[in-house]
Amino acid sequence: MSAREDILNRLRKPNVAAQQLSPDVAGWYATHQRDEDMAQRTARLRAALEAVHTEIHDVTPANWTSVLLSVAAAKGLRQVLIGTNTPHGAELQACQTGALQVMRYEQSIDSWRDLLFDGVDSGLTLARGAVAETGSLILWPGPSEPRLMSLVPSLHFVLLDVATIHSDFYSAMTAEGWSKGMPTNAVLICGPSKTADIQQTLAYGAHGPKELVVLLRHTDGSLT
Amino acid sequence: MSKVVQIHLAKDFKARSKAVLDNPGQRKNFRGAMDFLQAKRRAQFTDQEELQGLRELGASIRRYSLANLPRLLEQLEANLTTNGVKVHWAQNSADANEIALQIAQRVQAKRIIKGKSMVSEEVGFNHAMEAAGIEAFESDMGEYIVQLAGEAPSHIIMPAIHKTKQEIAQLFADEVPGVTYTEDVDALIQIGRRLLRRKFAEADIGLSGVNFCVAETGTLCLVENEGNGRMCTTVPRVHIAITGIEKVVEKLAHVPPLLSLLTRSATGQSVTTYVNMISGPRKADEKDGPQEVHLILLDNGRTQAYADDELRATLQCIRCGACMNHCPVYARIGGHAYGTTYPGPIGAIISPHMMGLDATYPLAFASTLCGACNEVCPVKIPITDILVRLRNEAQAKPETEDATLRGSGAARTVAASTVWSMWSQVYSKSGLYKLASWFMSRGRALSPSEQGAWTRSRTPLVPAPKRLRDLMKDRKL
Repeated sequence: MSAREDILNRLRKPNVAAQQLSPDVAGWYATHQRDEDMAQRTARLRAALEAVHTEIHDVTPANWTSVLLSVAAAKGLRQVLIGTNTPHGAELQACQTGALQVMRYEQSIDSWRDLLFDGVDSGLTLARGAVAETGSLILWPGPSEPRLMSLVPSLHFVLLDVATIHSDFYSAMTAEGWSKGMPTNAVLICGPSKTADIQQTLAYGAHGPKELVVLLRHTDGSLT
Repeated sequence: MSKVVQIHLAKDFKARSKAVLDNPGQRKNFRGAMDFLQAKRRAQFTDQEELQGLRELGASIRRYSLANLPRLLEQLEANLTTNGVKVHWAQNSADANEIALQIAQRVQAKRIIKGKSMVSEEVGFNHAMEAAGIEAFESDMGEYIVQLAGEAPSHIIMPAIHKTKQEIAQLFADEVPGVTYTEDVDALIQIGRRLLRRKFAEADIGLSGVNFCVAETGTLCLVENEGNGRMCTTVPRVHIAITGIEKVVEKLAHVPPLLSLLTRSATGQSVTTYVNMISGPRKADEKDGPQEVHLILLDNGRTQAYADDELRATLQCIRCGACMNHCPVYARIGGHAYGTTYPGPIGAIISPHMMGLDATYPLAFASTLCGACNEVCPVKIPITDILVRLRNEAQAKPETEDATLRGSGAARTVAASTVWSMWSQVYSKSGLYKLASWFMSRGRALSPSEQGAWTRSRTPLVPAPKRLRDLMKDRKL
């Protein structure tokens, strides 16, 4: 008998299946919702992100590229990695970026791994959404914005549209129907990488980005 | 990296505990770390009503998942297979290592980079790979430090919790080429970062654990702060995940409550920096991610716990470590004294299924049964009830229906069981009790002055000169 059959047979032996009802997760979240408007929800997200060393800039559709470029100039960044065929990537590329070299993630990682690890200062990705409760940015990497863009460069720019902020993780996944099909990789990101493995002393910039910069894009005209 | 990690048998538990208790430096490290982690957790759960409600929900999700475990494992396997993930089943540690080794040999791997995985510690993964000439390199900062020191983790969440920064500074200066002594934690982390970035880029295989497997979507969830877990599961061309069979949940919606309980209970964070959800290898149109993803599902004694209605609750565990952070025993002796992969209260109740009760029973007795672990457990495992059950199992008569576990009856001695059966006779027969207590009180001068462990730090026990029944008789007169 295979290991699989052996293990499953041992698990089938005790008759326990009928004893348990399905847990009422929906009921819990339905009774633990906050009565808040979008501004309050955005404020919660901001507070949670700022608590973990995240830099946040309020931007508009008109000025986000210039804000990004001024942040990049202030930090002395030399490169920014963008995806392929994304509207925001195209917008940035259309700008006069000066000393900042805009690179596109066009080739498979296998052909340029060393360059990505050693020769790219920053990456820009769009967030699919965010979770106000914990300050998590939701990323679904894919062909146009691959997984490593948000992980390997030392600084990660995230463009986040205010309208996509959810109250909590459960609301985000149910509102967007995640259970119908997940991408190969989905990530929640809250702050730059960190560790407290040496005597509980918090240090940022462990293996992933050392800095996380969120461009919070308001499309409702509240900033214009 | 060729240092062999010492495997301690739990039999030497007392001697190892004493060694730590005699080491004020180590005790200070643990006390400080436990106070820190307790305060962090407390700050997360300021609303008691919310905490208790969430714990009840978390426990119900875990109980439901276990009640349906065989079905969920099959559903998980089917969905992962559809997603392009290869699922393997391992009865024990040797099987799990053999599966990993076969994959490594097929893809001609020389180097494996590892994310934090307690199950890989459980099966002795690094040693098995090194024996086959394959480098297995730890990338979690704490695990890296512990590997560099040739030790095992002393805590399931914070592996290097037993070390001070001075000790780590010295370790780096001694073991990492080109590093001069520095106690600056940021500088030490940057040394680790620089060294390990090369390792990620060069590795053939990334190995990781799993926090939750989602059956309905075929998704592996991993939580972490450092980014090394994402590196290990994204950069190398092959990703192998290894986990216990109990880590599965049915629905994606079951993850948010458990995730919230896990990170808040473990390190007092509302969420970790990264929550990484992997549902398949790189697709044809994708530019990164591993080309192969494997999941090894490990039994290693878990089905023994599952078979028993009381012990099954052991498998509800989500490995947050809160029980050890709040345990008065763990806080004093630390993780290495236990001699098991999983220390603390959860270690005492899960290890007997992995290593046999004969090798691990002293752990069940090393508890005051104060119940702090029960109180903080985010999924409400009745840990102290299980400890008492294991104590009984350790004393059970072999070959009887009381002896249901591997290694049952290992603590049983002829002398002790004779004394207890006499005690039971005396206490269940009133005539006998009367007679025995008469002899005890009148013969109290014969009480031994050496009474084993009791008299090591206490005065000897001596029966009262008059029995209760004598006192009552006196009073009536």
